[in-house]
Amino acid sequence: MQGVLGEKVGMTAIFEEGGRQIPVTVVRTLGNRVVGKRTQEKDGYTALIVGFGERRVKRLTKPELGFFEKQGLVEERQDGTRIVKRHIREFRISAEELAAYEVGQSFDGATLFKSGERVDVTGTSKGRGFTGVMKRHNFSGGKATHGVHEYFRHGGSLGACTYPARVFKNKKMPGQHGNKRVTQQGLTIIDVLEDGLLLVKGNVPGPNGGLLQIRRPVKQRR
Amino acid sequence: MNVLQQIEKKYLRQDIPEFRAGDTVRVHVQIREGEKTRIQPFEGICLRRHNAGAQSTFTVRKRGAGGIGVERIFPTHSPLIKEIEVVRTGRVRQARIYYMRQRSGKAARIRERGQFR
Repeated sequence: MQGVLGEKVGMTAIFEEGGRQIPVTVVRTLGNRVVGKRTQEKDGYTALIVGFGERRVKRLTKPELGFFEKQGLVEERQDGTRIVKRHIREFRISAEELAAYEVGQSFDGATLFKSGERVDVTGTSKGRGFTGVMKRHNFSGGKATHGVHEYFRHGGSLGACTYPARVFKNKKMPGQHGNKRVTQQGLTIIDVLEDGLLLVKGNVPGPNGGLLQIRRPVKQRR
Repeated sequence: MNVLQQIEKKYLRQDIPEFRAGDTVRVHVQIREGEKTRIQPFEGICLRRHNAGAQSTFTVRKRGAGGIGVERIFPTHSPLIKEIEVVRTGRVRQARIYYMRQRSGKAARIRERGQFR
């Protein structure tokens, strides 16, 4: 299993030959680069370390810069700015697969996925802050009329009384909503365009410009 | 031009005539009945146009059988739309003429565009 990193560009819709309109999310995957490996001997597991995006060397701390310099991974943009990869993520793969990759090697989604394939897409969902139960858990709230006062968006009772004399764990209550790692499974790749652009059917987590991990699906479709 | 617009570009149709809310249009839509496809016209007043690249739509309202109002929302760039005829242009003051839903008979008239009274 292996995947690529990408940036959510935005959503649009395209028309199939049959005339059906399908919603797609555009994901830019150009510029993935192998920045390191995890090996059985050294780390106790095998994984590919992949970098994506741009970050100016000027913005790095010295230890960070050292990581990239040791591997010779400092790149130069056309205008001469020295850059390194902004986002670093690992993909767990087998030792045999790992041997096929070299540190410094570049790839994108087009080399990995074909149209029609299924993928899992992981991202960080849009943060909604501390929200109440109606928005967060789709509770229906209280009545708006019939003499109700000051009890419109509440969650109601938290449980029974003497027994169990406590509130159960995982009781749905207000709290932080969103800004959480979310994986959308089994999305279809509609098309693979030049510049490593993937068109994924439906929506993916996070805002436009957010970092995504696109992987082979965990579940197989029967 | 940003990436999204470039992707949408090849789905955009150039052969859509100019029309706006208040115009009477006849939309020829391809429909499938089992295995057969045929073209069905839908004629009515355009209530609104929603411009959003490849996702643009327009709404057409007509008086159907038994005087029942029927509204259809068409994706402007859908390949299923074979032709759009502008039957009559109409002068209206709003871009969204939802008030037409409340009108019938004489009150539902729309003045022709470009003509003086």
